[in-house]
Amino acid sequence: MLKVENVSAGYGGIKVLDRISFSVSEGKIVTLIGSNGVGKTTTLRTISGLLRPTEGRILFCNEDISKAAPHKIVEQGISHVPEGRNVFPRLTVKENLEMGAYIRKDAAGIRKDYQMVMETFPQLAQRQRQTAGTLSGGEQQMLAMGRALMSRPRLLLLDEPSMGLAPLVVLGIFEIIKEVNRQGTTILLVEQNAQVALRTAHRGYVMETGRIILEDSADALLQNDQVRKAYLGE
Amino acid sequence: MIGPYYLQLLILIGINTIMATSLNLILGYTGQLSIGHAAFMSLGAYGSALVTLHFGFPFLVSLLCGALFAAFFGIIIGLPTLRLKGDYLAIATLGLGEIVRIVFLNLELTGGAVGLRGIPKKTTLLWVVLAVLFTVFILSRIIRSRIGRAFIAIREDETAADSMGINSTYYKTLCFGVGAFFAGLGGGLFAHYMRYLNPNSFGFMRSIEHLCMVVLGGLGNMWGAFIGATILTVTPELLRTVADLRLLIYGAVLVLMMRVRPQGLLGQPLRNGIPLLGRFFQQARPKL
Repeated sequence: MLKVENVSAGYGGIKVLDRISFSVSEGKIVTLIGSNGVGKTTTLRTISGLLRPTEGRILFCNEDISKAAPHKIVEQGISHVPEGRNVFPRLTVKENLEMGAYIRKDAAGIRKDYQMVMETFPQLAQRQRQTAGTLSGGEQQMLAMGRALMSRPRLLLLDEPSMGLAPLVVLGIFEIIKEVNRQGTTILLVEQNAQVALRTAHRGYVMETGRIILEDSADALLQNDQVRKAYLGE
Repeated sequence: MIGPYYLQLLILIGINTIMATSLNLILGYTGQLSIGHAAFMSLGAYGSALVTLHFGFPFLVSLLCGALFAAFFGIIIGLPTLRLKGDYLAIATLGLGEIVRIVFLNLELTGGAVGLRGIPKKTTLLWVVLAVLFTVFILSRIIRSRIGRAFIAIREDETAADSMGINSTYYKTLCFGVGAFFAGLGGGLFAHYMRYLNPNSFGFMRSIEHLCMVVLGGLGNMWGAFIGATILTVTPELLRTVADLRLLIYGAVLVLMMRVRPQGLLGQPLRNGIPLLGRFFQQARPKL
């Protein structure tokens, strides 16, 4: 579904990604793990068009999207939940979700998906009229995910959904990620919390300073000695 | 019916309302700190005045020419500057505003420092009232539309707006264009009321005056812009005796509003304790 081929990208003169390649197949959860500052977020920003790759190309459903503008990429069916959640703080939960459906024009479909999001995130259903800035961290994460789902994406990019959340809340969020995937959305998940990410995903890639150094099924990576030492603290 | 003094006051309130509501679209709804609004006003003023003087077009056509002229420059100026954010955008718009003023100061066509004289007086209270209603009507329609939602999303969080599929560059430029159009309309009315234009009446302080009106009335509130424009047009008249202190009072009003009522007189109630202007002056406020 998504193919990243020899992509490099960076900020100004600084190269952050050094010819990385990986792919995400339809219906799967794929995770990109690695420690701080290795280029995980940059990878997602490059895919969603917020950053232009300096070389290589990105194919989504066999179409080259490496030069497309962010709003075009959303229309193609890729939705990005940025790091730190980025909800619209002074809009209500409902308004935030409606904003997620910005590119759509089918009012009936939007209403249906709104109901779907309410069922997936019952905690949000109780807070529809509350402004997003007053939600707890976990609820904001849910809102950001729900908002991304409102554009009915085929591929969901999640950047550090566990960031700043209590361990129990993290488990809840990852249960929902699995559920969203079961309902048919392909997910590319970027995480520092390798343990929980690998338990959730089907396939995993390990990044180190702008390169991908390992790839395997998530289960195999959980057993891999190198990964266990470096990322699982054993 | 109304004495000439009060008539003038009403007309100036109307023109300032147009200026404040159009700036409110840029600053209050889209969250772009632009302090070159007087430049757009001057473009509309000179544009419409020159059209009237040279071609003798009917008033309405001249007004539209001036407004479109300002909108055109709003877009031209917006394209490069809107890549900047917050304080940087403020500095860039301030600079561009000064450039426009200095160009008018040196152009022969506009009469340079001597100013442009002999503009026929065509602005009446009726014209102003109609223009205000037109401005408020169009702007509130825009704000309640899909476009308005894009503006508000950009104000709240530009990155998130981008990832919702909102083309933020396009909408920010559009917002500048629309804001400049109405500022130009206000300028046209001003030109055909004053009958004389001088580049120095569209300087930095004029932009700050517009900014004060919006902040005082309440960012992101249509009625607020009207109230702000009214108060800041009438007060200087009442304070004639202390005219020299006017700028001082403006500054004090801005600071006081930020401390006491950051959402403005009529602004939306503080929903989460983060007033819009607080983002620009975050250091000045304790974290809530």
